[in-house]
Amino acid sequence: MWWFTSPNIAFGEDSLEQLSAVEGKRVLVVTDPVIRRLGMLDLVVDELKKGPRAIEVFDQVEPEPSFENVEKVATVARGFQPDLIVGLGGGSCIDAAKAAWVLYERPDLKLEAVSPLTKLGLRKKARLVAISTTFTGSDANWVAVLTDKAHNMKLDYFASRELVPDLSILDPRFVLKLPREATAHIGLDALVHGIEPYVNQWRNDFSDALALHSIRMLFEYLPKAFDNPNDLVARQKMQNAATMSGLAAGNAQFGLAHGTGHALGIAFHMSHGLSVAISIPYVIQFSRHAAAERYADIAHVIGIKEESFDEATDRLVERTKDLMVHLKTPLSLREAGISQSGFEQNIDGLVENTGRATVTFVNPRVPDVEEIRKLFVCMYEGKPVDF
Amino acid sequence: MEQLNVNKSYEEAAKTWEGDFLFVIETDAELKDPATYYVDLWHGKCRGVALVQPGEDRKAAFIYSGQYSNWKKLINKQIDPIQGLLIGKFKLQGDMAKVLRAVRAAKELVETAGKVPTEFA
Repeated sequence: MWWFTSPNIAFGEDSLEQLSAVEGKRVLVVTDPVIRRLGMLDLVVDELKKGPRAIEVFDQVEPEPSFENVEKVATVARGFQPDLIVGLGGGSCIDAAKAAWVLYERPDLKLEAVSPLTKLGLRKKARLVAISTTFTGSDANWVAVLTDKAHNMKLDYFASRELVPDLSILDPRFVLKLPREATAHIGLDALVHGIEPYVNQWRNDFSDALALHSIRMLFEYLPKAFDNPNDLVARQKMQNAATMSGLAAGNAQFGLAHGTGHALGIAFHMSHGLSVAISIPYVIQFSRHAAAERYADIAHVIGIKEESFDEATDRLVERTKDLMVHLKTPLSLREAGISQSGFEQNIDGLVENTGRATVTFVNPRVPDVEEIRKLFVCMYEGKPVDF
Repeated sequence: MEQLNVNKSYEEAAKTWEGDFLFVIETDAELKDPATYYVDLWHGKCRGVALVQPGEDRKAAFIYSGQYSNWKKLINKQIDPIQGLLIGKFKLQGDMAKVLRAVRAAKELVETAGKVPTEFA
């Protein structure tokens, strides 16, 4: 058996208006300075002020939030005592809100000790609303990816079904101002959120349906959203597709591209979207024989006609790379600007971090240590994976 | 124990692991009498295994328990050890976060157990 878990999702034009109907008299909004500068915080506060509410804002969430950053949010929460927490922003803001919520309701817990088996007992003090301003998918899943600076790793097992937000709001106004590069990288991350759960070992019928449809939508609308930032339909479709792929990944896990992606983020401070985007063509090649029919399904869904699994997968890799080129996204770590010496200095850490990531072990083909190393070399040099 | 101690992949994956286990096989329709095995794992090696005798009070850092039919599925790779925990087929007493930081070692341990010729009762 397995479960399928989803928040309530209010999507489409004016869906932000649903926020004023949510119960909560003391609201903590967790966001970052960019969101404030772009005026999105004002939209949310204006909506909240339609009812009698006390509102507190924490707007200092860092990209890929650290334990220390989350603790700052929790400190504000303990002082303010909210009954509603709103995570407003990309994945970092929403993940910080999730993690701070845990510390607020369970001050007895340490972040690094929380695992999917921990009974958190949330919702005694507050509920959580997620308002995504990117294509993160974090608004729909039960994970918060945090940075453990002390151990130089990403904590990818801070997860609980209790962390799925009570409400996810997908109002397309919030993704209209997403810059082109972020549209590309986060959009590609959303694509990987669809590909990985469709092929990995924990896949299921529910995640399959969402994964395939989100992949189809993302291949269609990501180039449009990138080419024309004012294309509201494309942006809205991207937003919905990203939450759908987030649901797929949240209910079936990620995979090796997230293992390598997290390691790259730690080593080179590369954005999460870029790191998983660069990883995915190589991971598909590495995993192809272990999930041949599955990759072929994905290929067929995006219109690739080749019948043989091998040829269909080859075309899928080509189409993915074509999309990345269209989105002006580098195809290798070298092309992304990582120096040879920098790569060589960090390769051991890359291999170690990938090798201990939980997501690596649900990949259809689980690499050993040497294979991880060879995979990174291919990713650096832009060589196809042929082992 | 012998199989584990010649498994280089396990040794590398578990090189920093410190923590002994009690593996508890609970009764179900297929097994009338429970069984518990003590396994001492330390820095990539297995220092000892023992069948815990009825009434023996043995402690360990981790207790991984499940019904016999689920243990069979685990050894035959029909259940993933981590997913098995998440769906309640197995229970773990001990620091789960520590286990999740050593997933590769856990997988190698299960893989090795699966290589041992096993006749289920």
